[in-house]
Amino acid sequence: MTADVHQLAKMLHELDDQMVACMKCGMCQAVCPVFAETMNEGDVARGKIALLENLSHEMIKDPVGVQDKLNMCLLCGSCAANCPSGVKVLDIFLKARVIVNTYMGLPAVKKAIFQGLLTKPGVFNSVMDVASKFQGVFTKSANEVIGSSCSRIDLAVIEGRHFMPLAKKSLRKLEPSRNTRPGKSGYRVAFFPGCVIDKIFPQVGQAVLKALTHHEVGIFMPSGQACCGIPALASGDKGSFDKLVKRNLEIFEKENFDYLLTACATCTATMHELWPLMSGDKTQSMQDRIAAMSAKVMDVNQFMVDVLKVSMPVEGHGTKVTYHDPCHLKKSMKVSEQPRALLKSNPNMEFVEMSDADRCCGCGGSFNLQHYKVSKDIGAQKRDNIVASGAQVVATGCPACMLQISDMLSQHKDQIAVKHVMEIYAETL
Amino acid sequence: MISTSLLTEFKTLLGKDNVLDSESDRHSYSYDAAVLDAVIPELVLRPTNSEQLGRTVALCNENKLPMTVRGAGTNLSGGTIPTKEHGVVILTNGLNKILEINEQDLYAVVQPGAVTAKFAAEVAKRGLFYPPDPGSQAVSTLGGNVAENAGGLRGLKYGVTKDYVMGVNFWNAEGEYIKSGGKTVKCVTGLNIAQLMVGSEGTLGVFDEIILKLVPPPVASKAMLAEFDDIAKASETVAAIIANKIVPCTLELLDNATINYVEDFTKAGLPRDAAAILLIEVDGGHIALVEDDAEKVLDICKKHGAKRVQMAKDAAEKNKLWEARRNALPALARARPTTVLEDATVPRSQIPAMITAINNIGAKYKLQIGTFGHAGDGNLHPTILTDRRDKEEFHRVEQAVDEIFDVALSLGGTLSGEHGIGTAKSKWLEKETSKATIIYSRRLKKAVDPNYLLNPGKIIGG
Ligand SMILES: Cc1cc2nc3c(=O)[nH]c(=O)nc-3n(C[C@H](O)[C@H](O)[C@H](O)COP(=O)(O)OP(=O)(O)OC[C@H]3O[C@@H](n4cnc5c(N)ncnc54)[C@H](O)[C@@H]3O)c2cc1C
Ligand code: SF4
Ligand code: SF4
Ligand code: SF4
Repeated sequence: MTADVHQLAKMLHELDDQMVACMKCGMCQAVCPVFAETMNEGDVARGKIALLENLSHEMIKDPVGVQDKLNMCLLCGSCAANCPSGVKVLDIFLKARVIVNTYMGLPAVKKAIFQGLLTKPGVFNSVMDVASKFQGVFTKSANEVIGSSCSRIDLAVIEGRHFMPLAKKSLRKLEPSRNTRPGKSGYRVAFFPGCVIDKIFPQVGQAVLKALTHHEVGIFMPSGQACCGIPALASGDKGSFDKLVKRNLEIFEKENFDYLLTACATCTATMHELWPLMSGDKTQSMQDRIAAMSAKVMDVNQFMVDVLKVSMPVEGHGTKVTYHDPCHLKKSMKVSEQPRALLKSNPNMEFVEMSDADRCCGCGGSFNLQHYKVSKDIGAQKRDNIVASGAQVVATGCPACMLQISDMLSQHKDQIAVKHVMEIYAETL
Repeated sequence: MISTSLLTEFKTLLGKDNVLDSESDRHSYSYDAAVLDAVIPELVLRPTNSEQLGRTVALCNENKLPMTVRGAGTNLSGGTIPTKEHGVVILTNGLNKILEINEQDLYAVVQPGAVTAKFAAEVAKRGLFYPPDPGSQAVSTLGGNVAENAGGLRGLKYGVTKDYVMGVNFWNAEGEYIKSGGKTVKCVTGLNIAQLMVGSEGTLGVFDEIILKLVPPPVASKAMLAEFDDIAKASETVAAIIANKIVPCTLELLDNATINYVEDFTKAGLPRDAAAILLIEVDGGHIALVEDDAEKVLDICKKHGAKRVQMAKDAAEKNKLWEARRNALPALARARPTTVLEDATVPRSQIPAMITAINNIGAKYKLQIGTFGHAGDGNLHPTILTDRRDKEEFHRVEQAVDEIFDVALSLGGTLSGEHGIGTAKSKWLEKETSKATIIYSRRLKKAVDPNYLLNPGKIIGG
């Protein structure tokens, strides 16, 4: 094992330049949702960076312990957004996960999912289609307003979760592909729905298409899109991530467009920031291609408000709607005013602000699968804030957040609908 | 080594989750904001109630385990870094309740792990005010504040933590409960142990309950920014404001280097060519009086050679001025990988001499130094920008720091205005005080901690 640690240490040295910027001030404790629950130093950015440094200086002999701490993170970016020293915490953690996990090997289940399923969209889609047909056998409806389900039987892996069922028809089936010319708007965009919208919330994708069509924006939505790659990257599977990036690149490079839009905060941040960040090992021409595509990626709310300038705040009445800031939109992409502006332009809704709207919901992708208890404790606070706002609808800009928030509200039997901002905006058209 | 039976005893006492003994957990508690070499603790313990805390201390004492108490670990002097083998770290973040806020008698009772800013916000909700506001308040704990006698931007007018400590109940090294001070404004019973505990950096006892004084909040405030082309003029202005019997709540200085780093970072429109800027805020119980004071301060600034004075018209403008100050550390921290923030304090009149000396020292050792700080109380933070991986450069940093403290002492100043001594500065203590003072302090320590287990190696060494 000692020889192993030596190798691992050498690999981690690459991150030294970034890690040394951490002055160990501890200010990240104020904002880390995981730390707020566990109160353990090893769970906050400062602790994880210290552990990685100690591992890279071979002061730690047990990389598994460091790996565990590294995984105990939502990758929400709250620490980075608040760090006085500007430490690029997410860069460090993602790269460290790749290094550590490549070194120690990916667990078999993840390997099967990423390498066998995710990187092969054809297979992935067929499996999900079948699953969608049979899910009723194992699940039952849990909350009508939210549309969530829970397990019919007490399964340990489910841990009492209330989940959103797979859509009867995926977006891919409802809207196989599009390729239209720009109308009056003069813009043409590509649309990347991402896995969760495609398979669970196709209505969100439809709302986006409706809004874009209404404003006479030309749309390029090719079939055969693959996942943006974040689940693989967050688990340290760089190989699968690279494959997914390449596949998407090839598909979207086929046509010309002004922006590559997504309605998923996580996809946006991944494609805009992580694609180029993780491309350092590619040929120059590949790096250039990735950079060019990434530069076009934009969140749909931002496109509507900043580019199309569609929002017109009105005196809204009726249903109260509140907004949850997805971490990847606010902390990574600095988009927070635009979704609010869209919500405020619906005359049938009154916008109310919840407290700590930008505090992470606790989902964090696979974090939710690995650390459900902590994820749920963080989500419970989000739920309390939503309820306290008095809203009947909670809107957000990330389908992953929608899943987590649905689970939290549904388990509490709250009669509060969970929607994407674009669904609410599309209702006004 | 900690025996398995003792480990089991801790687990039974505190619960499995509150006894951290994995390698990664132990390493996570081997540093603080001072980034010094450390000894890895053997165990990390988190009591969640008062009895558990007392029992934990007693068990450590019986087994001769050195104990280092840790709040948020934001101190800048190595106060929470273990220095002895087989030591334990005792966490206070399981003891974070605000037990009482008494609006009638203007005091509060808190547990040591309560976070400063949360406490201040709770107090504010009830229309009261807890002034000490260290820059780390969003995470620092009240126990840590008391143990370090932390100060903040409002120190000049409102004082520092010691001015708000009415009582400290603590566990001594042997795990006996000691009560000191109380809830009455006047309380002269017995030795003034409570004040002895302030600034004791975990060497004399482990705080359990802290009684803090609250005050009515100011109702109005005015802020301004004054630019100077000569740092001596800025210092004269500071002295003149006080001499005119106006005590601003905040009086901050940024030197030319810091101004430029902040400007590089924020592009806020600060005057890059100014030798120094002063940020001044006056507050009080009546808007007319505050405005009057603000006008007077403005005049004084102009009379003493300010090139330009900008008075904030509203809250938004005030906030913009404060941005400059808030960004001083972030801007400096981004310039180079490692930031060594020091805490030299001199009499107000000596600020120009101190800043000149710091700049000369910077030139002599070829180091980048930005200086900012609380001009109103002479508390300067010369901040050296470096890279700790560069051994040769870091050696020069250490030499520069030595010289900075020598100068501070020769100007009648002190080693620490607010960051404490810890391990980082204990070697200079004798220079500022005397050999007899150190011996006296060690005797005191020996008397209350016969096994020398409470945060050994801190302040007075040993
Ligand atoms: C960005 C930044 C800004 C800062 N700004 C300021 C500032 O403006 N003013 C200032 O004064 N300081 C400042 N500091 C220093 C530091 O934040 C303060 O010293 C603070 O009081 C430490 O609190 P803590 O909870 O982190 O204590 P810790 O660092 O955890 O502990 C500090 C000392 O207190 C002891 N201790 C903690 N709890 C107890 C207890 N219950 N019983 C006995 N001993 C205990 C510890 O053993 C240690 O010796 C700053 C630090 C940073 C990183
Ligand atoms: S806030 Fe930034 S510099 Fe401070 S400890 Fe956290 S990561 Fe390090
Ligand atoms: S990314 Fe989020 S969860 Fe992870 S350390 Fe930073 S604040 Fe905590
Ligand atoms: S789902 Fe959204 S809020 Fe939740 S962790 Fe992800 S980005 Fe943060």
